[in-house]
Formats: sequence, structure tokens, C-alpha cells
Amino acid sequence: MIPAEFTYTAPDSLDAAVEALRASDGDGMALAGGQSLMPLLRLRLAYPESLIDLGRVPDLTGVRDDGDHLRIGAMTTYAQIVTDPLVRAECPLLAQAAATVGDPAIRHRGTLGGALAHADPAGDLPAVAVALGAELILQGPGGTRVEAAPDFFVDYLSTTRGPDELVVAVRVPKLPGWGTHYAKFSRTAQAWAIVAVAAAVKVTGGTIEEARVGLTNMGPTPVRAREVESSIQGAPATREALRAAAAHADDGTQPPSDLHGQADYRRHLARELTERALAAAVGL
Amino acid sequence: MTALEPETTHEIGQARRRKEDARLITGRTNWTDNIQLPGLMHVAFLRSPQAHARITSVDVSAAKERPGVIAAFSGADFAAEQGSLPCAWPVTEDIVIPDHPPMAVDEVCYVGEAVACVVARDRYSAADALDAIEVDYEPLPPVLNMEEAVAEGAALVHADKGTNTSFHFVMENGDMDAAFAGADVVIDRTFVQQRLIPAAMEPRAVVCAPVGDEYTLWSATQIPHVLRVMLAMVTGIPEHKLRVIAPDVGGGFGSKLQVTAEEVLALLIAKRLGRPVKWTESRSEGFMTTHHGRDQIQHLRLAADRDGRLRGFHVRLLADMGAYLMLVTPGVPLLGAFMFNAIYKMDAYTFDCTGVLTTKMPTDAYRGAGRPEATFGVERMMDELAAELAMDPMELRRRNWIAHDEFPYDTVSGLTYDSGDYEAATDKAMALFGYDALRKEQERRRSEGDPVQLGLGISTFTEMCGLAPSRVLGSLAYGAGGWENAQIRMLPTGKVEVVTGSSAHGQGHETAWSQIVADRLGIPFDDISVIHGDTQSSPKGMDTYGSRSLTVGGIAVFNACDKVVEKAKRVAAHLMEAPEADLEFSGGAFRVRGTPEASTTIQEVALATFAAHDLPDGMEPSLDSDATFDPENFSFPHGTHLCATEVDTRTGEVKIRSYVCVDDIGKVVNPLIVEGQVHGGLAQGIAQALYEEAVYDTDGNLTTTTMADYLLPSAMDLPEFTTDRTETPATTNPLGVKGVGEAGTIASTPAVVNAVIDAVRHLGVDDIHMPCTPERVWRAVHDAEGRARPPEDLPPGAAGGLGSVNTDEGASS
Amino acid sequence: MARVSVTVDGVRCDDDVEPRLLLVHYLRDRLGKVGTPIGCDTTNCGACTVLLDGVSVKSCSVLAVQADGSEITTIEGLAENGELHPVQRAFHDQHALQCGYCTPGMIMASVDLLRDNPRPSEGEIREGLEGNLCRCTGYQNIVRAVRQAADEMAPASAEVPAQASGGAA
Repeated sequence: MIPAEFTYTAPDSLDAAVEALRASDGDGMALAGGQSLMPLLRLRLAYPESLIDLGRVPDLTGVRDDGDHLRIGAMTTYAQIVTDPLVRAECPLLAQAAATVGDPAIRHRGTLGGALAHADPAGDLPAVAVALGAELILQGPGGTRVEAAPDFFVDYLSTTRGPDELVVAVRVPKLPGWGTHYAKFSRTAQAWAIVAVAAAVKVTGGTIEEARVGLTNMGPTPVRAREVESSIQGAPATREALRAAAAHADDGTQPPSDLHGQADYRRHLARELTERALAAAVGL
Repeated sequence: MTALEPETTHEIGQARRRKEDARLITGRTNWTDNIQLPGLMHVAFLRSPQAHARITSVDVSAAKERPGVIAAFSGADFAAEQGSLPCAWPVTEDIVIPDHPPMAVDEVCYVGEAVACVVARDRYSAADALDAIEVDYEPLPPVLNMEEAVAEGAALVHADKGTNTSFHFVMENGDMDAAFAGADVVIDRTFVQQRLIPAAMEPRAVVCAPVGDEYTLWSATQIPHVLRVMLAMVTGIPEHKLRVIAPDVGGGFGSKLQVTAEEVLALLIAKRLGRPVKWTESRSEGFMTTHHGRDQIQHLRLAADRDGRLRGFHVRLLADMGAYLMLVTPGVPLLGAFMFNAIYKMDAYTFDCTGVLTTKMPTDAYRGAGRPEATFGVERMMDELAAELAMDPMELRRRNWIAHDEFPYDTVSGLTYDSGDYEAATDKAMALFGYDALRKEQERRRSEGDPVQLGLGISTFTEMCGLAPSRVLGSLAYGAGGWENAQIRMLPTGKVEVVTGSSAHGQGHETAWSQIVADRLGIPFDDISVIHGDTQSSPKGMDTYGSRSLTVGGIAVFNACDKVVEKAKRVAAHLMEAPEADLEFSGGAFRVRGTPEASTTIQEVALATFAAHDLPDGMEPSLDSDATFDPENFSFPHGTHLCATEVDTRTGEVKIRSYVCVDDIGKVVNPLIVEGQVHGGLAQGIAQALYEEAVYDTDGNLTTTTMADYLLPSAMDLPEFTTDRTETPATTNPLGVKGVGEAGTIASTPAVVNAVIDAVRHLGVDDIHMPCTPERVWRAVHDAEGRARPPEDLPPGAAGGLGSVNTDEGASS
Repeated sequence: MARVSVTVDGVRCDDDVEPRLLLVHYLRDRLGKVGTPIGCDTTNCGACTVLLDGVSVKSCSVLAVQADGSEITTIEGLAENGELHPVQRAFHDQHALQCGYCTPGMIMASVDLLRDNPRPSEGEIREGLEGNLCRCTGYQNIVRAVRQAADEMAPASAEVPAQASGGAA
């Protein structure tokens, strides 16, 4: 399959990229790693008039230690995230989840910013961003703004990002002393997650002080399993307590029914995987 | 066989590295899409988005105005000359065969059917111009469910035919009433063989070049010879004006055993425009429009005595033909007719098959073609019977299979199995598998209520290979013979060209045929080249499918070698001034019996024959030979496959823990190639059991049009296999070979599903539809436990869907 | 039209291309580098895998213009001075191919895998090749081939830790 025609620019500065996007008047699309966009273009499910390639914009790549969080450039690839020593040390959940995205070749091209901006609820990193309480830094003609991950995601493939805005970086809080785990369940290695669960848990003296749980593919956006988080707070870090809390994993979710799983099965998996992710996070 | 029996067997049986690899590992390949010709134009097809509709208008005029476009056509433009795509296997006298225009003219009957095309300078321009074609459709009702399609008053796929029943074929053997009347146990089950997409890695592609009134057509096909004949018959272009070439072909698995609309249309477009044209399918286009496989509903009844002895087996099938009958569409389920009885003895057997027309892509041959379906049916039933009798499933099989000393054996379905040793293969497999230890572990996990349960699955299978004796094909109304041709060309320098009618697309014939010739002629392996896949250079053939190449084509090569030796012997005797009767041939040299030091090599004979200065009186100066082999019987590879699965009852996830198979494919020419064929076959059979399903929604749209939805297993999804062999030579050919291309696929699917069921049978599960997805396994376990939540309101085409017509709930017995 | 300048298998190529031209079509249709085939539309099959600036990418999901200024290695450029790359040789030795259509991508992915992890376990090999589909081999011989290539390419590094660990034979 062959993409429809579009014009192409590869701006060499962030300002130029934002300006190109603004000038496209809503008919342009930013091209990051292209690993989600390219199949859509080839299948002619996306018809942008112009592509603004961010591949030549400097300073969009890399990981920086910013005190209580890491600042990760939007064009940082999955492969870079998986191997980056800072990410592995400070945000291992992100590295673990990124390692499950696609395959090595896809991870060489696909980017963190692209994944979040694409906002596919079946994607792995949106749920992780939600669970970790990451913040997105967006730049538009009027300057930069910061948006917290849960608020960023509006609907299926839809975010608060304006048509002339770009995701330039993601701030991921360090969670020192927390245990984390990403439990992904898919039919084949390269298939999308039917459901996945990103869990971060802080245990003090055998008691769960705080937990954060993000769900992949349990609705039109990545969702926080708030009921799990609240019901587990203060509970002992035991399998029974985790199981009891995990039973709330699907509360308030709107899982899809599709080829790979009906909604009731996804609800069940969300509960089962939440228990497993929590258990792994606390080292049980 | 000739009286000359060369003793050398240096090559046959050796794990020779393949000759084919050199170009394939360096990218110096000649796939059809690689072909560039001066003035080559690209074709793109506009395809129906409707499953069933009348075409009220097609307007291609705007497309012709698009940049780079040199022509655009609708079906009406070809109506006078495009003919009807052929069905070569009218299985009954009253079979209903719908007219099948390569490009739809008045009506479309499945999503993806070609309705118009664009011819342009490059593939991008061609794709763009499709957007400018206007087609108006008047929708007609889709026909998707086989049970409904054959019921009274059903909407019709082809109104002019008055029925959706294409054929009804019945074969009855033995007294079925008596078999069931006295039976202690009757097992009654309905199984679904889901629809599969063959998905060879190379998408289909065609290039056609006209030169004057002659045409050369390159195609990613398994059957260049059959294709040439059929193109001539369909288009009326004389056969001698057509040359068909199968260049490097990237896998087929039956999907390229076809005469496709695109091949016919590429020829007609090239003829119309007088220019060479190319068409290459995209993967999503291919998933919609390259024929599908399997798709049966199997109503099975098995009668047995309390001690496990089989009495009667009644098989009633609904087989989904799709919208049209393609090359061998109706014959595929019939290949299973002879295989439901498998390796077992029984008193009575009935095979009753209804071919059903639906508004879906036609089905046709897919690796195993009819035999995997049959093997699945019988091997699943054997496990069900064993469970009913509380008997070990292997013990049940032992009590019923044909013993090694009973061969040759005339089966209840009318075949004669020439050889086999089911005991030997089974004993070896059971030992490699560690069956008893695994059973103990299973017991432990059951008693402990382990959330991960262990299941053991058995498949003791046989198949009929080496398609096929021409007289048998004739009796089954197949439109052609089952022979194969080979030619040997002895070159003056002592090198050899082997011309074969087999048409390899991954099987390694260049290597295996060289091994046969090396042994028979005593010529070094590297001095032999194999010519195939071009009707000009290998003019006669019936091509490659049905595990036939070695057992038929390889024997033709064998016989052609013997003919060369016979001729060469006459020349050698003349040169050596010895009586022909005193010569023996061995290791590539003729010697006078009793004086081994004096010899004349076959290379010397070849040069002398080329010079032709001094040949025996009346002998023509050529050693070349031509042999056509028509087998007297099928061959019957068999084997024992054992699978252990771990089933997570909480998620439904199935993991194959170990897979052991011991296949008996008779004598082996190249064990490396054989092992590779088994591995690949296992992968495809396992994929049917666990991963793959073509799903149509309630409107008749294929929803699995990409590899993101139609799940092919990767290296991560398959286990390491333990493979081994026993060797019981076939008695019906001089090499003793049986064929191996389909064995793994045929055997493995029931082994895996039996293992999955075995893991959860104690929880009350006795069937899970394929593919055994985590969701289906989980649902089966929870339904059995009565704890399943009711499915929420589901959109049409949701999981499970209509790929095999019935949703999970639909087809249970 | 946009200008691209790339080095493909050691040869510098400057061309005007449509922005939408996929890298794989640029290689095949413009440069005649037909050794790299196309197997799908959705980045699943990996048949078109090439090395872009030293790392594996699926050339069907990269625009030619995105590759501007880059160095590309295809299956055709892997052998040096007529000497097969150890991965190519291993695929032949281990019968890791049948029809051969996935082979260029599979070999390039294997080369990348060994660059990233010179001593992979069987599980790591399978995981490293998860983006490359083969319909013929069932992968077993591919895994063997990668293991053989690993042994050939990094024998020294395999022995170093063994010696360092105090000669525990």
C-alpha cells in the first residue's frame, strides 16, 4: 500500500516546526518516529496535506536529570529509553514497558513523544505515563505549557494537544523506593496488548503507603485504576490484600470489545493482571 | 525399474546444504516484483467494499485523466474475452459451478472482488487513480452462515443457480446401522475448522509481456504448467503462444496453487495495450483476495465397544466454498474423505459433505488441504472417546490402529496403505516425550488445584501424499492427471542439466534432485544443475503441491537417470569393445564384469556421444532422456505427535511446554530439508490451533486484513521442537519415499488442541473452538464452572466473529 | 519533489523523490536494490528490514526523505569482498531458510541483534527476532543459525569471562 500525496518539511528548529504546523492550518501532521503513522498513511487511513518531520529538530532527544524527575525529550526513541541508565535507575517502569513495544526495529524509530501524542489506548506508554503521573511539555505559537498525563488524553487517538502544538518533552517523576511492574497480556509477541497494567507501589514497613495503577486498552484513553489505588492504601503488602484491591481494577472502565477480546474478558484480565502487577511491584 | 542398479549412495541421505541458498542469503533473487522491463506499466485494482451487490454503474473516465495513467478498465471492458475462472474439480455430476468472471461485471459476491483497474506509469500513480473511479452498487443480502445458507428460503449468493448448495457428496462403506445399533458408546461432537489465510511471505505478483502475438507471463505461482494450460483455455489465446515463468517464488502453501483473476487480467491488459504490465498485491489486498483455507463445520458421530474397539464413524461436513469454485475448491474437503478413518480399523465409515456457497473469498488448497481437517476430526474424537471410556488416549489408539504386520492394508475408505509402523513411531515418541512423568505431573497439578494446569495431547496421524495416480484422479472427476515429468540433459563436458516439472518455491528441489542424480549417474553433486519453473525450458509438468514433488517428480528424475544409463551403456560397450551384457555401472563408470581396472566414465561416454564419431550402428547421438512417472498408489507418511501444554486457567493463556514428533516419511533424500519441512509444518499447524482465524463481520467484511489482526506466530510464540524419524520405506516407488511437506501441519493441530482440552477436561471442558485463544480458553473454563459473567452487549463482529460462521456459542453440539 | 542524499551499500546516491516515497520503494524501484523485499503494510513482517545508520529499521515504515544524509546497509551490501557475513553463512549452514523471502530481513535483524547482544540466549534470540515473520521454517533453524553466528563472531569474548571466573572448567 502506498501513502497519498503530501508535502514535506523537515524544520531545523523547534520554532520553525511549530510555525510549519501552524501554517498547515490543521491539515498538517507532525512526524516523529512514524511507526504508528506510517501504516496509517500506507493504508490511507490518514490523509494529511503535509508532514512536518521532527527528525531534524535539535534538542528533542535525550534524558536529563531534573532533580525530582527526569526530563525526556519527545523524540527519544523506545530503544534509547530501554537502555538509558538514568531511566533504568530512576524510572524502571518506563524502561520495562518500552521494551515491550513492537520489536527492535520499531523501537529504533518509535518515540516517547510520538506514542503519547498518538494516544492509542492500546499503546503501552500512555498507561505508564498516567500511572507515573508524568507531565507533558507542549510548545505552540504562544509558548510552552505543561499538561499532566491523565488530563492530556481526551478520547481514542485524541488529546488536548492543539493543532499547532508539539509535545517537546515529558517529565517523569522519579519514585525512589517504589516498586514497579508492567504486566502485559497479548495473544502473540507482536500483537497489541489485550490489556496491560502499569503498577507502582510504595511499601513502608510491610504496609502499602501508596499505589498507582494505569491500565492499557481498558477504554478510549489510558486510565488510572483509582479504586484499586484507594482501596489498597494502608493495606498490608500481602497477596490477599492485593487481590482484594485488584478486584476493583475494572471499576468505571469502558473496555472495548474487538477481535482480540470482549469487554467482559478484558475486565477479568484487568483484575487478574492488576493483582499480578502489584504483586511483582512489591516483590511477592 | 531397470536391471541396472547403481550401488553408489553417497548423496541420498546426506544433509547437503542447499544450492538454492547462495542467491537467497545475498539478496540476488528474482521475485516477480523484482522484474523490470522497458515500458513496464503498473496495474492497480479497485475492489468491492460490498460483500454482495449488483453493480449498477462503473465510471473509469476520471481515472483516465489522472497523471501517469494510460488506461482504466471496468469489468464490462473485458466481458467479451475474460471467460470464467476455472474449476478443475467438479466433484459430482450435478455440482453447481457459478460463473466466475475475473473482473466482476454485473454483481460482486465477496469483499475484495475486482470491479475496475487502472494502468499507470508507476505504482504510486496507479494507486492514486483508483480514487477517481466511480462505482454504484445496489446492495444484496450477504450470505455468511453455512447452516443458514443451506436452509429453505435462504438468500442466495447466485440467484440464477437457485441454491447455495454447490454439491452433496456421499461415500458409504460398511453397514453403518449395524455399527451404531450394537455400540456400547456413541460420541457425538461438532467441531469447527476455522477459516485460515495461507499468508505466504511473498505476496502474489504478476508480470505479463507481449511480444507480437506471443505472451510471457511471470507469476508468483506454484503451478506454471497448469497455469499455462488454463490461461489458454480461459482466454482462448493459443497455448503455444503462451510462456509462463515461475521465477523465485516466496512460499505458497497451496495459496499459489491457483489460476487467479489477476493473472488472467494481466494477460488481457497486456494484450489490449500491447505493453508489459505488472501487478503486485499489497498484504491487506492479499488477505482479502488470495484464496483462504479450511472452513468446515464437522458433525461427527463415533460408535465403539466398551473396550474401545471402533465400530462406525459417521462424518457429515459443511464446507464453505466461498463465493465461487476456484481451481480445486470443491475437491479440498474430498481429500479428507479418505482420511477420517486415519490409521484405524473400523467396520463402517460414511463421509457426507455439502459444499456451501457464501459471500466470502473462495477457499481452496492450504497446506494439507482436506487432510488436516480430517485428521483433526478423528484425533479429537479419539480423545473424546478415551475420556468417555476413562481409558488412556494412547491405549485407545493402540487398540484400534493397523498393526505393523497387517500391511498392506485395505482401509474402510477404500485405500490400500502399503506400509507403516505405528508402534515403532509411537514408542520412540513416547520415550522422547517422557509421557509417564508428564502424566504424573498432571495428576499432581490437578490434585493441588494449580492455577496452571498441564495437558497432554496426542495425534497419531497418517496422510495420503504423492498426488496422485491419474486413474484415481479420473475416478474422482479431477480435470487432469497426477504424473510428473523429468528430463536429463547430458552435456558434452560431463555436466548434467536436470529438467523437472516440479516447481519449487522453498522446497529445495535443486538440492534434492541433484542428490538423486548424483547417485544414479555417479556424477558430482556440484556438476548438476536443475532447471524448473519455465514452460519454455521445462515444458512438461504438473507442478508442486500435495507433498507430491519427491514421490512423483523425484521418481521421474530417478527414472530419467536410468534411461540415460541404459543409453550410455550401449555406447560404453561399443567403446570398450565388450558385450553390453557384461558391463556393470557403478560410481559413474562402466566396467566389464571381472575386470574392474578398465573403466569408461559416463562423462567420457557423454563426450563421445557429443562427438558422435564412433557410435553403435543405428544409435542417435544423444544420451538425453525424458521420463514421465505416474504413481500406482498414494504414499502414506505417518507419525506420532505429542504436545504438552500449560494452561493458565486464570487468564486462559496456553503455553506449549514441549512438542515431540516422530514422523515416518519412508526413505529420506536430505534429512536437513526434511527436518526443515517438519518444523515449518508444525508452526502452521500450531498456528491454526492457537493463533490464526480469518474473521468476517455480519456485513461480510473481512476484519482480519492485516498482520496486526490476523496473527501469525513469531519466533517468540513457538517452542523448540523435538523431531525424530522412523523409516518404513514406501513400497510403491523405487526410492521408498513418502513425502513430507504437509505432515507437520496435518498432525500438529489436533495434538495441540487435545493437549489444551486435556489440561482443563477435569474442570468440565470438552471442546474449545480454534484458535484456542486465551479468551476462549478462559471462557470455556469459566462456563464449565458456571462462574462466567455474561458477555456485555457486543458490537457486530466482535471477538470470535463470523470467520467460521458460528460464534463460540453457535456450533456446540 | 525533495532531494535525498544517501549512501546505500557504500554507494552515494543523490535523487529527487516524492516526499511520500517509502524508503523500500526508493531502494527497489529507483536504485534497483531489489534484494530487500516487501511483505506487509503494517510493519509486522520485517521482510524489508535494513540497517539505517547501523541499526535495524523496517524500510517500509521510513520515508526516503527521512533517510536523507544516512548510511543504509541492505542484504546486498552485507558480504564484503565476496566473503559472506557470518550470519549469512550460518543461515546457509543451519538451513535457516526455505523460500527465502523473509531471509534478507531476518538476516539484517539478526545482524542487529548480535550488534546489540553478542552472546544472546535462545530466549533473547527469539525475542530479538519477534519483528520478523517467517512462514516456512518454524524459526528453529533460524535460532540455531544466530547461535552459530554468535559463536563465530564473538568467540573471544565468550572465553574471557570463563577465564576471569577462576577457571571453573
